[in-house]
Amino acid sequence: MKIAIASGKGGTGKTMISTNLFRAAEKEGIDVTLIDCDAEEPNVTEFISGTLTSTKPVTCNIPVIDTNKCVFCGKCHEYCSYHAIVYLPPVKFIKVVEELCHSCGACIEACKFGAIDEKEKPLGMITTSSFNNHANIIEGRANVGIYSPVPVIKESIRCNTESDLTILDSPPGISCPFITTVSRADFVVLVTEPTPFGLNDLKLSVETLRTLNKPFGVIINRAGLGNREVYSWLEENKIPLLAEIKFSREIAHIYSQGKMLVDEIPAFHNIFIDLYKSICNLCK
Amino acid sequence: MNEIAIVSGKGGTGKTVLSAAFATIGEKIVVADCDVDASNLYLILHPKDFQTERFVTGYKAVIDYSTCNNCKLCISYCRFNAINYIEGMVKISETDCDGCILCSRICPSGSVSMVKSNKSYWYIGELPNGRMIHACLAPGEENSGKLVNVVREQARKTAKETGAEIIIIDGPPGTGCPAISSITGVKNAIVVTEPTSSGFHDMKRILDLTAGFKIKTHVVINKYDLNPEVTEQIAVWCQANGYSVIGKLPFDSHVVDAMVNSKSIIEWMPDAEISIKICSIYKTIINN
Repeated sequence: MKIAIASGKGGTGKTMISTNLFRAAEKEGIDVTLIDCDAEEPNVTEFISGTLTSTKPVTCNIPVIDTNKCVFCGKCHEYCSYHAIVYLPPVKFIKVVEELCHSCGACIEACKFGAIDEKEKPLGMITTSSFNNHANIIEGRANVGIYSPVPVIKESIRCNTESDLTILDSPPGISCPFITTVSRADFVVLVTEPTPFGLNDLKLSVETLRTLNKPFGVIINRAGLGNREVYSWLEENKIPLLAEIKFSREIAHIYSQGKMLVDEIPAFHNIFIDLYKSICNLCK
Repeated sequence: MNEIAIVSGKGGTGKTVLSAAFATIGEKIVVADCDVDASNLYLILHPKDFQTERFVTGYKAVIDYSTCNNCKLCISYCRFNAINYIEGMVKISETDCDGCILCSRICPSGSVSMVKSNKSYWYIGELPNGRMIHACLAPGEENSGKLVNVVREQARKTAKETGAEIIIIDGPPGTGCPAISSITGVKNAIVVTEPTSSGFHDMKRILDLTAGFKIKTHVVINKYDLNPEVTEQIAVWCQANGYSVIGKLPFDSHVVDAMVNSKSIIEWMPDAEISIKICSIYKTIINN
């Protein structure tokens, strides 16, 4: 089973939930893999890391135009949907803007003169580590400044050797990186906080998951801050509340040090195992 | 024109709280909410929108099954693995389709057409002290970077029209295309971080990005008192790497109260320590 931990708003506690769920499951002897899909800002290894087993670069193919063979017909420029080819016919100038290229291959199909070749461009790195010999952590890390983390996210999820439980720590937002992650999950846990910002972004995430037809439930983090509006909204919309984590300076301090709740406060072990069980029941 | 971008790398560090505060301090401003994935600033600033425009995020391929002869050529051409052969039919996964149009161009039977995705919008609204440009990306849509560009362009245009000299940009989390679009060409950027190991880590990545664009970047440590040791580590690192920490803001539950009451902390509690500190950060940036 693949569970994605997601949220529209950033900083609601996705990584805290994913790493603690992973640690609790691992302690129970469950065959579990945690994949850090927040390739723009991967944070899982700030909290938990294992023994490095492999690294794998992620690359894409970028076109290279051979101006000796190019007849400056402009067809590649016309085929490019991303305005990634600058073409100035009067001065016979043609150039690929690598930052804008999506590696779709249309320009190569367009060129009838064999003037376009491809070169590899590094996008990021997939790092796999083993944890206590029976669990795995996979991190997808996109290079700073690349156009989209999506190829890195796809590759990091593809690297998973079918574990009984796979946890996907999702990127924030509701656009391509989020969709790429949650569309590959069987169940999505949305983490929110009881504030107007949290609720507003929760509504957007829920709308997105409904269009994708994904089953989901909600965790309210930092309960006690803010107001009760999110609770009544969940009830009205018949969305299961999977767990609540109260705000406390102690929890904030443990988190800030990069430590795990399940290791520092024993009661959290059962909270996370119960969370896992209730998700299993909802998926039946 | 002075454009100030507020970014963070990590989400939830307080970008919007700081942007809302700046927007209620400034006298004649334009506000650009560039977190188009999950925009929240309008919840505090309540712009009175007078203009609404549709935004085309891109195109999605659609197959006409009355003419498709299952040759599967499109599958071999698609580099996004968005086309698959399922139960005897060539199917396009809408969420994987990047809108490159290649399948439509190569289909021998002309069975693939491109359909516009135009469910996203952007808005211009009045504020008591200026105007605000904000946007709403339709759930599941792509190309948020392009929508950010539109918001930025409109903000500059509006600033020229209204004679505003300051544009406040509330940025998105991350370091990818929407974050890049939010900072390109700005004079000053503020990175809001928090004293957590993940906040520290993400701050370094976003500073890499702003350094790459040669943008003068300042650091604000929010909720600094939740972990004074990490705050100190961040401050030391910033000094060693040539970044100025222009403010440390305390954890204050009034910030959440202000948000619940749809107000900025400046409007809600102008005399609180945090409000006074934010005012001094704003002055430092404006006079920079």
